[in-house]
This record gives sequence, C-alpha cells and structure tokens, in this order.
Amino acid sequence: MKVIHYEDIVEKVAEMCIEANYDLGEDVMNAFQAALKTEQSETGKEVLSQLIENADIATKQRVPMCQDTGTVVCIVELGQDCHITGGSLYDAINDGIRKGYGDGYLRNSIVKDPLERKNTDDNTPGIIHIEMVEGDQLSIHMTAKGGGAENMSDLKMLKPSDGIQGIKDYILDVVRVAGPNACPPLVVGVGIGGNFERCAYLAKKSLFRPIGERHKDLEVADLEVELMEEINRLGIGPQGMGGTTTALDIKIEVEACHIAALPVAVNLNCHASRHKEATL
Amino acid sequence: MSKHIQVPFKKEDILALRSGDRVLLTGTVYTARDAAHKRMAEQIEKGAPLPFDVENQVIYYVGPTPAKPGQVIGSAGPTTSSRMDKFTPALLDMGLRGMIGKGYRSEEVKKSIVKNQAIYFGAIGGSAALISRSIKSVEVIAYDDLGTEAIRKLEIENFPVVVINDAHGNDLYREGVEKYRQI
Ligand code: SF4
Repeated sequence: MKVIHYEDIVEKVAEMCIEANYDLGEDVMNAFQAALKTEQSETGKEVLSQLIENADIATKQRVPMCQDTGTVVCIVELGQDCHITGGSLYDAINDGIRKGYGDGYLRNSIVKDPLERKNTDDNTPGIIHIEMVEGDQLSIHMTAKGGGAENMSDLKMLKPSDGIQGIKDYILDVVRVAGPNACPPLVVGVGIGGNFERCAYLAKKSLFRPIGERHKDLEVADLEVELMEEINRLGIGPQGMGGTTTALDIKIEVEACHIAALPVAVNLNCHASRHKEATL
Repeated sequence: MSKHIQVPFKKEDILALRSGDRVLLTGTVYTARDAAHKRMAEQIEKGAPLPFDVENQVIYYVGPTPAKPGQVIGSAGPTTSSRMDKFTPALLDMGLRGMIGKGYRSEEVKKSIVKNQAIYFGAIGGSAALISRSIKSVEVIAYDDLGTEAIRKLEIENFPVVVINDAHGNDLYREGVEKYRQI
C-alpha cells in the first residue's frame, strides 16, 4: 500500500493552481495558431493574435492570463490501495487551493453563501469529485473554470425520440445563445446519457481531454467532428464579433441511461481552458 | 488600423465611431462591476451623490487580480456586461458616455445608448495580461471594502477595444455574426 502525505498534496495542488493560470496549455496555443490560419474575419484574426500575445505575456511575466482565475474543479482518481496520512483528502486539496491562490496573486472569486454572497477570500472551497480506481496511485486533474463560460452552460432532458438531430440542434442552440458572453473561441463539453446530475458531470469531465484528441469510440468521434463543423458555421467567431472560429474543439462523453431518458448537458469553456494534472 | 480616441469623450468622437471600429483609448476610466453598481444604484435612489461624476465618463467592467509587488495592477480583462444591464440606463441618463465590457447588452440598454448618444466597447475577454499593460496608474476612489470590486480610477494608454454598440443603433454582435453565418 502506498502512503501519501497531506503536505505533498497541498504543495502539488498549489503548484497546479498557479501554473494553470499562468501557462496556457500547448493544446490551446496550437489551436489558436491553427485558427489564425483559417479565420476569415480580420477582427477575428486580430482577436486571436491578441490572445496569443496575451498567453505569451502571462507565461513570461508569471501573471494570470485572465483576471477570472476561476473556480477550482478537481477530478481525483484515488487508487483503492492508496492511503493518505495527516488529514483528509478534501482538506488537503482546499489547503492547496488556498496556498496557490495566495502565493500566486490569483483572484479570489468564491462566495461562502450564494444568497449572502460574502467572499471566502481564499478561493475555497474547490469542487472536488473523487473517483475510486484500482491501484495505489493518486491522480489529480484540476481546472480553473471561468465564470463567464460556466454561466452560459445548460442541461436538458431530451426525449429518446429526439435522437441525434435533437441533440445536435440543442447543442447548437446553447452555443448560439451564449454568443460573445462565454468568451469564444470555445471548448464545448457535452455529456450525453447518465441521469440529471451525471450528464452534467460527464460534460465537465469531457473538458479535461486535450484539444485535438477525439473520443475513442468512432461513432462519438464522428459526432464530435460533425458538430465542430456546424458550430463553426454559426458565424459567432472570436469574442462573438463575427467569424469562422467559434469553437477550438468539442468533446463528448456518453454513458448508459434509462430507457425513457436522453439527458444532455453542455458545459461551455472559454479559450482560457486551464488544466493541469499530476500523479502522486 | 485602429483609431486613437481620448477619454473622457468629446461628443463628436462618439458620433464618428461605428460598430466594428477598432479603437485605442487613452485617458481616464473608472472601474465598477456587480457590487459597485448595486451600491451606486442605492445612492441614486436615495438622491445621494455618486463617488465620481459620471458625466462624459467611461466605466470599465472589471475585477482585477491582486497586483504583484512592482505591478501597477494585476490582470484586468473585462467581465460580462449583461449583469450590469439593470443599473445602466439610469447611469446613461445621468450622462455616462461609455462602457467597456464583454458580451450582449439588453434591448433597454441598447435603446438608452442611442437615446443618450453613448457607446459600448468590447474588450477582449481573457486578454487580461495584455490589457494590463495599457493601464498606467490605479487609484481606489470608493468602496475599498469591496476588494476586487472597488471603484478604481485608471489612467490608460492605448487600451485596445472594439465598438460593439454605437450611438446610431448598430450592433456588432448582430452584424458580425450575420456576415459569417452559414447555417
Ligand atoms: S469566460 Fe474565460 S476568458 Fe472570459 S473572462 Fe471568464 S475566465 Fe476569462
């Protein structure tokens, strides 16, 4: 059995929070460069160039690429033969967030109570999902998720008879309604199946897959490709100012569901798609 | 290809701008987002003076990250403007001339922009490190207790924006999308 210390988790999570906010992932940067070559609108190109320059400045000067440094969401794969000492895993992750957001001069964007709305002043609590897996390792996948794109996300309980066309129409509608508000170019995360809460989780989880990587199931991969083309024909473009790059990618995850159900969730992510992962 | 404009505005400058124009702003703007707008609305309701005279001024919707030692301001890109829509027409009626943010405005705000010959600029959401470089000085002038949401006076130089809603009723979010829409 492997033993992992509380403090090691704190340090790792703190480091991930800072790096995710300062260093745009290579997958996003490559997607910006590719989009710059195909984008039809001059303003759209200008936006993409500024985003590339912005990412460069953030990395070189060690500052956050966006002022909304987000809600921290962690998907943790906890090996069943792994033992954590020194405190609870949830506390360790939250301590890591507290440290990372403080040391990294990141913005605290969490309120303690949705009604009273008083800031917790340390960006905790994060949203932590733990999945039990085989083995003795602890893997943490984290994202700093911006509020603008999260606010334009949506979920719908479709009817099985709505079929693939119904799913596509719905996803295109969510992207259309979001328009400029979600800071396009977007990464569109989709969960299909499960139930009410599970499809939302699948949509979120799909966003952890790197840009450019297709689903392993060929049928789902084809649907991703088709939808990607259609989304980019909506005309929304970079920052919603018109253009041919509305999404950098779309990710779909599917799961078993009830015979009477076809739940679909669309979790939008902005271009500041910030992810890190670490295995302890 | 960008136009250089001084803020606060001259009326002719506003009337000469059209949706889609790329503009570099230089001068003074004030920051305010959700909580500061709520407080300003309460002041207006009470008939109390606002923390700054809004006449001819520009409000930038932003809540920056904390400045690192040696920095003028942290990363400071725009936040979603629609959350301020409820409070905006009253400020425009009091003489506010411009707003910088990102995302759609309500029909009511768009009408008020035309009526008051004002303007709405979009800054690039998520371009916060780059935008910070055009902010030369920062002074908290009110609501310090709101932290990132306090009202700040910013001196800006060549601050990059795009005209979204001009004083003539044009809307880049509508026209731009129509131009490139294929479905
Ligand atoms: S939606 Fe994303 S890019 Fe836009 S302001 Fe929020 S975090 Fe930044």
